[in-house]
Amino acid sequence: MTAKKRIKVIMAKPGLDGHDRGAKLLARVFAEAGMEVVYTGLRQTPEMIVEAALQEDADVVGLSSLSGVHNYFFPRVVELLKEKGLDDVLVVGGGIIPEEDVAGLKKAGVAAVFGPGTRTDEIIKFIEDNISGS
Amino acid sequence: MDDLVAEVLQGSVRAMARLITLIENEDSNALYLMAAIYPYTGNAYVLGITGSPGTGKSTLTDKITSVLREREQTVGVIAVDPSSPFTGGALLGDRIRMQRSSGDAEVFIRSMATRGNLGGLARTTADIVKIMDAFGKDWVIVETVGVGQDEVEIAKTADTTIVVLAPGLGDTIQSMKAGVMEIADLYVVNKADRSGADELLSQVNVRVEQDSQIKKAAWQAPVVKTIAVENQGIEPLVEAIEKHRSFLRQSGKLRKNRREKTRQETLALLKDEISRNVLEKVLGNGRFDDLIDEIVAHKKDPYTSVQEILSKIFPEE
Repeated sequence: MTAKKRIKVIMAKPGLDGHDRGAKLLARVFAEAGMEVVYTGLRQTPEMIVEAALQEDADVVGLSSLSGVHNYFFPRVVELLKEKGLDDVLVVGGGIIPEEDVAGLKKAGVAAVFGPGTRTDEIIKFIEDNISGS
Repeated sequence: MDDLVAEVLQGSVRAMARLITLIENEDSNALYLMAAIYPYTGNAYVLGITGSPGTGKSTLTDKITSVLREREQTVGVIAVDPSSPFTGGALLGDRIRMQRSSGDAEVFIRSMATRGNLGGLARTTADIVKIMDAFGKDWVIVETVGVGQDEVEIAKTADTTIVVLAPGLGDTIQSMKAGVMEIADLYVVNKADRSGADELLSQVNVRVEQDSQIKKAAWQAPVVKTIAVENQGIEPLVEAIEKHRSFLRQSGKLRKNRREKTRQETLALLKDEISRNVLEKVLGNGRFDDLIDEIVAHKKDPYTSVQEILSKIFPEE
């Protein structure tokens, strides 16, 4: 009678850009894939995102940025997660991320960066393969 | 496992979040963990917020939480949204409307998917309320899924139930029907600046008046007007909630209602355990399928067969 463990995802848009079509679409894609997706909306600070991940006991934090703030915001989220002891949370990013920034983000602890045109089933597979404890 | 409960009682937010996940997943240790939590429950006041989709439940929850925080109360929020019956996934969007509260570390917000449960809540919501209660939250606010007419489970969990209405969703007859309209300790007419709000307000007032003529009750549900996004009417709403709370306390109803809730919960738990145990025995030995073959062949009938199975498991009866 035990209920199936479901992957819990926080979808967030850090910073000030107002373009959330991609983030909203992905939130739906993840839900369609059987995940439980908490959509936190626009203009999130790294502190707000990490607090949500903590309270929701998230497996994954998905960050979307189209305004060029990823080099600050993405690593900051990873850092704060570590501070709170949430080392096992998988952080993935997407949006408009220049190729030359990807290596730096990965080094900072962002597990994967998905640019425009990435197949959604590829993203789902990456998450399913890489979350801990399942 | 014991450590986890101890950490929750010591105020670890991380431990509480993890414990909630275990209970939500109906982990094999769930009963054991809840047994450890139970002695520390009974202190939080539980507020239920229900209503149709789009009436403003999440925004109201956020604003009520702010007023409670100004009064130096700590708050836990459980926001329930539906799971897809097709994929099992869920899009939990209530947190978006709770931006003010979600920046406050003293407010713990947890989104829950219904995971197939009907009735407006998840199967384990009442247990999650207990965890937040044991953690030490003064208030636990439970926001149901957007309900239609029939989802009244919240009234079994909350001390005070608020039914949120908004103009433009139906005529007088809607406000006379059974179901959700019957469980309100308090009505909110939200989006009160929209056209049709005054009509709705008077319809609900008529319903309340009819209720008082049909059956004598010590409490008459007040109807409060709000414009949640503009933070209007929230203080009077919290006052009305406090008034209901005092009424419950002074009339002895709080204790009586909670006893009845405990009775229902214990009964439900007992039913679950009985059916789990019985089904394990019945389905465990493989003979059930043989029985089905006999029933299909009309050598036996299902009605007598069920009685026979039970008399083997419970020989006294």
